[in-house]
Amino acid sequence: MTRQRARLTRPVGLLVLGTVLALVASGCGGGSSSSGGGATQAKPKLPTSIGPGEGQLNLVAWEGYAQPDWAKPFERQTGCKVSAKYAGSSDEMVALMRNGGGGQYDLVSASGDADLRLIYGKDVQPVNVDLIPSWNDFIPQLKSPPFNTINGVHYGVSYEWGPNVLLYNHQKVSQPSSWEVIYSPQFKGQITVPDNPIQIADAALYLSKKNPGLGISDPYELTQPQFDAAINLLKQQRPLIKKYWALASQEITMFKNGDAVVGAAWPYQTNTLQADGVKVADAIPSEGATGWADTWMLASKAPHPNCAYQWMKYVTTPTVQAQQAIYFGETPANTKACAEMDKQAKGSCAQYHANAPASYFDSIKFWKTPLADCGNGKSDCMPYTRWQQAWQEIKG
Amino acid sequence: MASVSGQAGRQPVARAATRGAGLAALLWRRPWLRAVGLLSAPLAWFVLIYLASLAVLLVTAFWRINPFTTDIERVWSLDNFKTLVESATYRRIALRTVGMSAAVTVTDALAAFPFAWYMARVASSRVRSALFVAVMLPLWASYLARVYAWLLIFANNGALNWAADRIGLPSLGIGYSNWAMWIVFSYIWLPFMIIPVYAALERIPDSYAEASADLGARGWWTARRVIIPLALPGVIAGSVFTFSLTLGDYVTPLLVGGAGSDFIGNVVYQSVGVANNIPFAAAFATVPVVIMALYLVLARRFGAFEAL
Repeated sequence: MTRQRARLTRPVGLLVLGTVLALVASGCGGGSSSSGGGATQAKPKLPTSIGPGEGQLNLVAWEGYAQPDWAKPFERQTGCKVSAKYAGSSDEMVALMRNGGGGQYDLVSASGDADLRLIYGKDVQPVNVDLIPSWNDFIPQLKSPPFNTINGVHYGVSYEWGPNVLLYNHQKVSQPSSWEVIYSPQFKGQITVPDNPIQIADAALYLSKKNPGLGISDPYELTQPQFDAAINLLKQQRPLIKKYWALASQEITMFKNGDAVVGAAWPYQTNTLQADGVKVADAIPSEGATGWADTWMLASKAPHPNCAYQWMKYVTTPTVQAQQAIYFGETPANTKACAEMDKQAKGSCAQYHANAPASYFDSIKFWKTPLADCGNGKSDCMPYTRWQQAWQEIKG
Repeated sequence: MASVSGQAGRQPVARAATRGAGLAALLWRRPWLRAVGLLSAPLAWFVLIYLASLAVLLVTAFWRINPFTTDIERVWSLDNFKTLVESATYRRIALRTVGMSAAVTVTDALAAFPFAWYMARVASSRVRSALFVAVMLPLWASYLARVYAWLLIFANNGALNWAADRIGLPSLGIGYSNWAMWIVFSYIWLPFMIIPVYAALERIPDSYAEASADLGARGWWTARRVIIPLALPGVIAGSVFTFSLTLGDYVTPLLVGGAGSDFIGNVVYQSVGVANNIPFAAAFATVPVVIMALYLVLARRFGAFEAL
């Protein structure tokens, strides 16, 4: 067991270090890096088989990502006991993976805006996707996406994805066609949005259509004037907000009690509220939507790497992919999950876009880490630390 | 054989006894040594567990993190404190926290005084016991359960709006606001004000009030010149609780607060749990420590600690 672990982590750690140094030296643009440049890079020495399980698996996950429906059968099959720590934001996930120097958790279900921070922060290690057979069935965009694959080195396997939607009470609000509804005083005091700095990108996305003069092409790559415009919009929005929600359950309570009638949400909230008979619906307005694409990433100091590989192999199978998609209201990475979804809940494949054309995937602006160097060669974009500071200023 | 061994055995005992007597004499002659001996164990505990953690907090506040990896860099600087002073946002958050603590303290003092007065000076001993139970009973329930109960009362379709609707008033939209926080804090910390005020009022002899009446003072004048000054240390003692408990809270703002309700505690919580910026959290955490130190010095001036 120990030998296995040492073999897995030590050379990998060095290689991650090497990769990071190379990336930092070349001023890699992160989001725009392609997987083609790995030819000169030495390939990391990865495990070629999954060894016997260690009996334990520690996850950092989004709420609803380690449900007993699929975690229990996994425990029975592999003997790896699953314990999950739920995090409410990407920032919290990064903090959890770093607390105490790491070594507590094996896997994290990180979204695109946490991935690069974890990779460059040496908190995660490369993964051999050959050991995860379902990887071959993934939609092409999620096999080696720029947010979890650097120079052909995979730092995890994609999991599920989906859009951030506009949730509204359809008795009080007629179907909105624009995000404007959460920035205009019409529903003052009845609006709720996530308490999350990445929310600035939602404002930027809205401004990119509303005010084309700003020239926003990517809501995560904002120059100072573009950033200021988004912050300004959000500061004007603050008096309209009932509450910034930190947990999905808070937003659910507010819609249930009538404290909020419109807000930014995940499809998970829509599903839960509709199941409770609350009169809500969600929409993707004309400006498009931000969204998430989650990746199971392997911690650099994972204490149970074999169980971690078992988990990655298991949760990418069509059955689990379909269970997860229906439970959370998101879209699986595995194309074979569509048939399985319809088997579990009729019509769910189409409902959650598992059979949608590639253009649907491309219409979503997926969360990614804002970096100072946004590929224009001037390094004049606002890095994420500025986003965090600005968010505290907006919330007051 | 037996006597020899007895002899040999008695010798060290006698020596130990002399030594013990010497030690006792020494302690008798030097009282400060006795005090040191008695206090050193609890004092070591206090210093190690309590003061050491405060010292670590203070030291950490002068460090910083690497913005990219969020590792702590042990480089001394005043940057964290500079951010605190210069940023209008953090100033506003600190002022909001202190302002709310003051508002809650005043509210609780005003609400607790008549109640404690009735308990201490009017109620029969049977009623007094019942009131004691009534004051203490909420403390048996979880803090969170009580906050959530208020969340339901303030909800848009909750009890408050229902009652307002019944008596023909427009619905009060105070859920998720600073007003809601003020009411919840005042409710939650009220017992911590009632008990010390009651203790102070109970100690005032009836004869003082009679003497005041004999000298021609009316009821209100007696209250103003005799009762309130004598009860003041109790009110100050209670205010130490209500003020410090509100100052350090972050759960009520998180659950009951609306947009723009963050307290110092919320920023500390986010700095540690979300941004992984422990030095900044430490720097902000020193603010309530300083405020409380000043408050306690003032409270001591008013004799609050004799009333505890």
